[in-house]
Amino acid sequence: MSKPARPFHPTIATANALRSGAVVFRAPDGSWSRDLAAAAIAATPDAAATLLAEAMRDQDACKIVDPVLVEIQLDGAVIRPGSLREAIRAAGPTIAIPTDARA
Amino acid sequence: MYRYDEFDHGFVRARIAEFRDQVARRLSGELTEDEFKPLRLMNGVYLQLHAYMLRIAIPYGMLSSRQLRKLAHIGRAYDRDYGHFTTRQNLQFNWIKLEDMPAILDELAAVEMHAIQTSGNCIRNVTADHFAGAAADEVADPRPYAEILRQWSSLHPEFSFLPRKFKLAVTGAPNDRAAIQVHDIGLEVKRNEAGALGFAVWVGGGQGRTPMIAKKLRDFLPEKDLLAYCETILRVYNLEGRRDNKYKARIKILVHEMGEAKITQAVEAEFAQLSGTSLTLPAADVARIAAYFAPPDFATLPAISDSYEAAKRNDRAFARFAARNVHPHKIPGYGIVTISLKPIGAPPGDASAAQMEAIADLAERYSFDEIRVSHEQNLVLAHVRLDDVPAVHAGLERAGLATPNAGLVTDIIACPGMDYCSLATARSIPIAQRLSERFADLDRQHDVGDLKIKISGCINACGHHHVGHIGILGVDRRGEEFYQLTLGGSGDENCSIGEIVGRGFSSAKIVDAVETVVETYLGVRTSPAETFLQAYRRVGEAPFRDSLYVRADAD
Amino acid sequence: MALFRCGRIDVDDWVFPADDTQIPTAGRVAVPKARFLAERHALLQRPDALGLILVAGDGLDDIAPDLPRLGLIAIRFPRYTDGRPYSLARLLRDRHRFKGELRATGNVLRDQVTFMLRAGFDALDVTHEGTLFALREGRIVTVSDHYQPASREDSERHPGGRAWLRRSAGRSLA
Repeated sequence: MSKPARPFHPTIATANALRSGAVVFRAPDGSWSRDLAAAAIAATPDAAATLLAEAMRDQDACKIVDPVLVEIQLDGAVIRPGSLREAIRAAGPTIAIPTDARA
Repeated sequence: MYRYDEFDHGFVRARIAEFRDQVARRLSGELTEDEFKPLRLMNGVYLQLHAYMLRIAIPYGMLSSRQLRKLAHIGRAYDRDYGHFTTRQNLQFNWIKLEDMPAILDELAAVEMHAIQTSGNCIRNVTADHFAGAAADEVADPRPYAEILRQWSSLHPEFSFLPRKFKLAVTGAPNDRAAIQVHDIGLEVKRNEAGALGFAVWVGGGQGRTPMIAKKLRDFLPEKDLLAYCETILRVYNLEGRRDNKYKARIKILVHEMGEAKITQAVEAEFAQLSGTSLTLPAADVARIAAYFAPPDFATLPAISDSYEAAKRNDRAFARFAARNVHPHKIPGYGIVTISLKPIGAPPGDASAAQMEAIADLAERYSFDEIRVSHEQNLVLAHVRLDDVPAVHAGLERAGLATPNAGLVTDIIACPGMDYCSLATARSIPIAQRLSERFADLDRQHDVGDLKIKISGCINACGHHHVGHIGILGVDRRGEEFYQLTLGGSGDENCSIGEIVGRGFSSAKIVDAVETVVETYLGVRTSPAETFLQAYRRVGEAPFRDSLYVRADAD
Repeated sequence: MALFRCGRIDVDDWVFPADDTQIPTAGRVAVPKARFLAERHALLQRPDALGLILVAGDGLDDIAPDLPRLGLIAIRFPRYTDGRPYSLARLLRDRHRFKGELRATGNVLRDQVTFMLRAGFDALDVTHEGTLFALREGRIVTVSDHYQPASREDSERHPGGRAWLRRSAGRSLA
């Protein structure tokens, strides 16, 4: 007897910008934004497949690199990263970055 | 140190032109990412969590002050004012833009540096003893051979598409500070009974998913056969190494699966054909390369420096720095100074651009213009007059670089982990920071003594945790960061892989667990002179397993 | 698809019959290793030149004695990241002194051309459009200074200094 399929979670498409390497998210208008809040949400498996296909086309068009779908959590209307890794990608390292301030 | 001649300059210029062309073709779409990826990896450009990461080659860890200042400049101009020194003696910048890469490479070329082959399935940076040319126990300087291997392996047409990455390390001392037994090829420079120079050759060591200690294929390979023998090993690996499974593709797996006898036979059969050919190293060429590493103009000094001794008497902080961060030098009156990049509570191995410049100034003034990077993520000023150590210390203090913890429990080695790296399964830097803070008290650190903690944020083991006296591996357990503990590893000439002693620990509990391990050691040691590693090898895992799991469970 | 040799696009004068097709009685024919070993005697009787198609994992020991009688060896790169053909090429040139045409086929891309030529290949069977274009237009940026001897000791020279250095004679796509 097979395990029940894991329930579908809302996903967004994320990638790195080709030229700068910055973390970006695919917005509903097809642009790629550095702001997680601007991401288009795929609420069904079909929508997710479409979103990924569009992201792959954007890779072919040399806008972005390595597009993937990642799960998110919806806190009302607020998008939250679905994993620690995505939280770090969205917000940066969890540690203080060295600065030139001292010395 | 090695100086480029016209040939070397021309090579790097041609390579930059080639890569500039490749970047342009990528940005225009002529090259797909799949086609571009191996090319950018061969030029040290990774795509990481936040941005492209550039790994700059620091050949066998050697830098001049001019080069270190250029790195500081690049950090400021193209990155976020800091860099990270790695466990392979390289430097990483974490916020690089692909479109800036050609310009950065031009800047590096101006100071005889590059990022060639710091990534990809090719031969990587050849690392060497960071005390080379200075340590009292050195039989012969490993750096000329590391330089020859570096040249020979650069854009080698036969070995640029290996089954997987390939790492070489060279030591010239019986005390192995280069961890040669956990490298794909490890070389120990030595002399035979007749006094001739040659190498013990170890093959098939490595960490990662399946840590293995190398097998010694040759006890003494004559100097002239160095390139022919390495070419042989690479050829056997290139042809026979597994290409079906990325996690079984290193030469260590081939050595393990063929067995020592069969791999020796295969290597020796091919070597019989290659020895005596155009790869033979002429002694005159070795001597010419070695001349670049000739000892600097040491002054004739008494072994004891009165001012150094006085400074230790009068300044407790300086005395503590001298006790840990100054190693004996083969020349009387000199010392090897370690600059710890592990300030309490800071990410291990990072240096700001301003700190790099401060170190460059100190090196230029006090250490014949040389800086070394160790595979334990610290920097070394190898030739400092003991008379000058107080001034060096004062300069380091001003730059926030005088942490007197070399080799102590807070001198932690950690990979960048999930804060930076797209391969990571857990964060490593915050664990290092919390451990560092837990053990911050210097009296306590001295009581604990020599203890190497090494932390990796994933199974690829870039933090070298398998050879940590205490090793920590960060994994993902059902979406949570979880940390496995290993004990008793060592990368030196008595190489051992750390042992898992029980189940792992949550992020909240791992620092307590390490403290339990340390306290257990303090309880079982015969005296303060018995180090953690010695005690562990004497008593085994039982007392540690007991305190971590049996007694803990009973509480 | 095009064959690049002697510095230009060339006409392919070799035939590569499918495994289930009969070998023509005349003309230059190349077959995979398995077929060669199975039909060796008949193949070697043919008056015209014979060629061999190798794949990345093939060994050379069982065909070594016949190599002098072959006019062509084509080695297939299943993926450009599979570096085994480079070692095979070098062994064929250096160890077995193979003097015939050594052709790279399969996933042949412009950024590996210099490596292929140095390893001993002297012909490239190219299907990738960008690579074809680059070859036709002379756009391949050939790096001519090298840090190791390879399998071009006849055309690369020692530029002086360290014994392991080599320099290609300009555009070495000949």
